[in-house]
This record gives sequence, C-alpha cells and structure tokens, in this order.
Amino acid sequence: MKKFYRVLFLLILFVGFQFSSKAAEKVEYLKTDWSFKGPFGKFDRAALQRGYQVYQEVCSSCHSMKYLSYRNLVEKGGPEFSLEQAKAIAASFEVKDGPNADGEMFMRPARLSDKFVMPYENEKAAQAANGGAYPPDMTVLVKARGGGVDYIYSLLQGYEDPPVGVSLDDGVYYNKYMYGNKIKMSNQLSDGLVEYSDGTNASVEQMAKDVSTFLMWTAEPHLETRHRMGFKAIVYLIILTVLVYFSMKRIWSRVKTEV
Amino acid sequence: MSEHEYVPKSKAGKWFNDRLPLLTLANHLTDYPTPKNLNYWWTFGGILTFCLITQIVTGLVLAMHYIAHADMAFGSVEHIMRDVNYGWLIRYIHANGASMFFLAVYIHIFRSLFYGSYKSPREIIWIIGIIIYLLMMAAAFLGYVLPWGQMSFWGATVITNLFSAIPLIGEGIVTWLWGGYSVDNPTLTRFFTLHYLIPFLILGLVVLHIWALHIPGNNNPIGIDIKKPSKDTVPFHPYIVIKDGFALLMFMIVFAFFVFYTPNILGHADNYIEANPLVTPAHIVPEWYLLPFYAILRSVPDKLLGVIAMLSAILILAALPWLDTSKIRSAVFRPLYKQFYWILVADVLILGYVGAMPAEGLYLLIARIATAYYFLHFLVVLPILGFKERTTPVPLSITEPILGGSPNLATVKNKDSFKG
Repeated sequence: MKKFYRVLFLLILFVGFQFSSKAAEKVEYLKTDWSFKGPFGKFDRAALQRGYQVYQEVCSSCHSMKYLSYRNLVEKGGPEFSLEQAKAIAASFEVKDGPNADGEMFMRPARLSDKFVMPYENEKAAQAANGGAYPPDMTVLVKARGGGVDYIYSLLQGYEDPPVGVSLDDGVYYNKYMYGNKIKMSNQLSDGLVEYSDGTNASVEQMAKDVSTFLMWTAEPHLETRHRMGFKAIVYLIILTVLVYFSMKRIWSRVKTEV
Repeated sequence: MSEHEYVPKSKAGKWFNDRLPLLTLANHLTDYPTPKNLNYWWTFGGILTFCLITQIVTGLVLAMHYIAHADMAFGSVEHIMRDVNYGWLIRYIHANGASMFFLAVYIHIFRSLFYGSYKSPREIIWIIGIIIYLLMMAAAFLGYVLPWGQMSFWGATVITNLFSAIPLIGEGIVTWLWGGYSVDNPTLTRFFTLHYLIPFLILGLVVLHIWALHIPGNNNPIGIDIKKPSKDTVPFHPYIVIKDGFALLMFMIVFAFFVFYTPNILGHADNYIEANPLVTPAHIVPEWYLLPFYAILRSVPDKLLGVIAMLSAILILAALPWLDTSKIRSAVFRPLYKQFYWILVADVLILGYVGAMPAEGLYLLIARIATAYYFLHFLVVLPILGFKERTTPVPLSITEPILGGSPNLATVKNKDSFKG
C-alpha cells in the first residue's frame, strides 16, 4: 500500500506539472460566473439569444461562422429560437445557389439547412478588407484559444491606451489580454451598442458575457447533453464498480489471499 | 492444468474440437493458472486490451465520417462533432482514449520494470511489448495529424523532418515520406491509411504477447518461479477475470471523467485552428505521452545525434533483459535497485516536464542532466548493480511466507511487501 501511495503521489505531481505548465503562460483573466461550467452546467438560453444578437450585429460583419447552420439555432441545448424566428433569421440572408435549369447561378433567401452566410467570399477578400489581418472564423474560436471562454470575455474588455514607450502602427490596437498585447481588431463594444429586445442593459460587460456564452455554444453545441450523459455514465459506473467489488470479495474468499 | 486431456462433453463439441481445437483454447484460457498474489498493477494488461478495442471500434466509426483531404479534413471533424449522432462522444472517447492508452501502458511498463518481468524466461514477451509500444507511438502521432489543425500540421512537419538528419539520403527520404515537397494532401492520405493499419498490427502482436506470456506464465510480485497449477495459483476464471473487471471499471471512471467533463484538457488549443502552412505556432509541442522523448531529442545540440539519442532511449529497453544482470526479479528483494527504480521514475517525469517547456536556459540544462541519467541507469547502474547488490532472502513459494514457513522471517511479518 505504501508504494501505491508513492506512485499516486508521483502521478499527481505529474498532472500538477502539466497544469502548472499551462498555467505559467496564462495571464489573469477577468472572472465571471458562467452558467455552463461544472458537471451540471447548462447554457443560459436568454444569454445565448442575446449573444447571437451581438454576434449578428457586431462580429459577423468581419468574422465568419462557417460550421454553424441556421437550423442549429432551433436545436435543443442551444439558443432555442422558435422555428419561425429561425426561419426569419435565415431568410434575411441571401445565398448563392444553382446552377438552375438554364445553367445560371442565382441568389435566393437562406433556409434553415444552409450554413451561416460568410461576410467575405474567401480568406483573401477578408484580409484585403481588414488591412491584411484575417478575422478568424468564430465557430470553434473558444476552443482554439488557450484561455478558452475567459480569454474571449477578457479580450473584448481588455482595450486600453498603450503604456508609455509602446508605439503602435496604424490599425494596431493595444489589448492587455492579447498575446503580445497588439491586436488588429479595434475595440468593438461600447455601452448601449445594441438594443436588447428583452430589455437587458447592454453594458460592455453584459455584451462581452453574452457573446462569449454564444461562442462557447457554437464551439460545443452538445455541451448540455455531454454534461447530462456524463453524470449518468459516472453514477452507473460507480454503482457497477461497487457491485463488482463485493462479488470479487466473495469469489476471492475461497482462497487464502487478500485482494 | 488439464489442457492435454481436455475433452468436450457434447458429441458435437468433440467433433468440432477434433477439427479446430477452439474449445481447448477456451478451456486453456479459463483454467490458465495465475499466481494468486498478483496485485492491482497486474490488472493493466486487461485494461490495455480494453483500450485497444475501444480505439479500434471508435476509430472505425470515425473513419466512416472523416474525409482524408487537406481541404476537408478539419471541416469533416467539425461535422462529426456537430451533425453525426453522438459523433462528439465517439471522437472525444477516441481522442482521450489515446491518452488513457498511454497512461495504462506506462503503468504496465513500469510495473514490469519494478518486478523484473522482462527477465528470463520472459524476454520475448518483453520485446514484443516494446514493439507494440513503438507502434502505439506511431499510431498516436499519425492520428494526431488527421484533424488537420495547426498542431497536426506542424507536428507532422517537425517529426518527418527528423529523417532529414540522416546523411546523404535524408532529404530524399523526407520528400518520399511527404509525397511532395511539403506536408500536404498526399501526406494526409497516407497518414490516414497507416493510422488505420497500425492498430491491427498491434492487435496481432497482442495475440503473440499473450501467447508468449502463457508459455512461462505470469511473473508475480515476489518474482519467484512457481509450480503450476498448485496452491500458489488460482484459475484465470473467475478469480482474475473479476479482479481485472473491477480494476477496469475504476479505470473507466477516470476515463469517463475526462471524456465528459474535460475532453480538451489533454489536447492543445492550437489544434482547433485549421492547418495553415504560412503561420507557425509559437510553441510546437507533442502530446504529453511523447514529451520525455521530445526532451531527449532537444537536449542534444546536434540534430542527427538527437534523433539517435531519442531512438536509443526506446530501443535500449529491448536490451534490458541482458543489461540487468541480477538473477533476482522482484525489486521487493533488491533494496538498492528499488531506490534506483524510483529515481528513474522521477527522471522520466522530469523529462516529460522539461519536454513541455521551451528548450532554453535552465530547462535545457535539466533536460541534459536527466537525459544523461536515463542512459546511465540502463547502461551503467543496472549491469553493475546485478553484481554488487546484496539482495534479501527470497521465499520458496508464494504460500510459504504467508503461512510462516519461509526462511526469511522479515517477509513473514511484513506482508505488505507482497502486495507491492
């Protein structure tokens, strides 16, 4: 048993190393209470709907969302817009379709089955319109950044004047949470920028939180199912383990050895 | 054991068994006499079999939905995560399953090192095991490339570039591996093919590994040869089956925790950025289970020598049965070896840690010392220890010391030492 604890200790040490090596490169991000954290975490429906609004009115003019479809807005575990709402949202965008019977491409209103319409035709067009910087696709952005959702939340509120001695080129801004502190996206949020239909006060902090929640969902659309299923699976495994433990004890009671 | 005399009870069974002795095999597997003092470190063989099967089954399903094309691979993984029914679950099991597989294999290997399971007459089991481990690393590396994220792409570039260290023909080999002049679509398609192939090679080797094991039978915590069957053994079924099952369930709880609650913690965030040959990530790091070897690679200033050091670090294990000159198997009776064993464990963990850090300053120095010690352990410490070490008396059988008939009274009092 003594050795078992020794190995356990070493394992914990190793895992600790792993986490600390990740923590070492991390700045202190702004903290907020996310409803989706923890084993029972769920998304805040209203926050997701508000977050979609912020994405739509602010981010989507530059950032694409290419792996999301309009139908996802209706699905369980997401913003859960009503079917009519989602259809109306989709219909407000135009997509290229075709070729038709005459061999012509044509524009039509988007349907639920369509992917989110991209703001630019391609990456080069996006770069050309943004001073050479490519606004990254936002679908899995939260998972693509070391700090995750906290990082996005902080970054949106992290704009400040550069410290003395730091000079910035044209079109480059100072953000205390950005890697290297220099970011090509200007500060996008200001108090009252959007008008929330549910009457929530659209402070910068509120909008940052809502849109970060929305981006967490776009990155992990099945998070709620995962949490629910995980709880059931682990409870099931624990009960089965206990049962097997007692049958093992019983079987091994026939021989003079401890297990 | 009665496998030579085994006769199926039914007539049909006998008819079939005379033509293909599957029933004899089944009888051998259930009756297989196993030392009764095996501790929980011995349950990882079963756990590893579970890991392999899990990877093959989930991998099969993923392959039905994945598209091995440089322009579509990343998108097809997102398609699996979003639109395929429970695709997220299957992919997270597969991705975390690789880490669980390595966690289990490291415990399995270090158990063998502690109890001297690699020694005569089990050298072939050990060497097959090392080949399996090498194939596992290849499979894991190839698999990590398939999602075609930034780490996939740049990891593939770094590792394949290692071959360019070979004098004269190195550059040619790299071009041949890539199927072009950089990591690109041909590289991805061949990596996918090989990633699909290797698990089945591993499966075949696992059969050989177990076959070779069933010739001498299991080693055990006190490392002595035992009579089989005898009062020192229990039949594999139900004793070992239920014990392995219990350990497997505990393992699955840890596994489930990662899959359901922190599915991305063992991966790197950059791999959720689609591969871009024009942008190099700030730090290119392999998955955690390859870090010790990555540290050895980087601790040598010369590229070719670094590659040689890294390969030797693995291949040296194959020579272990002959490098370890001690006749005593179990570390329980080798007080000095036991100390060096734990130093080696710490050394490998330190290598893993510095492997994740940038190769500069203090980290590089630590990596160099740890690398030197790693080789010192196998090439100097182990051969000398076999001659110099004063081992403690070994009991004659498993049952004896427990019942008090051992010449070694210390082991009778200290029953703890039998459980490792």
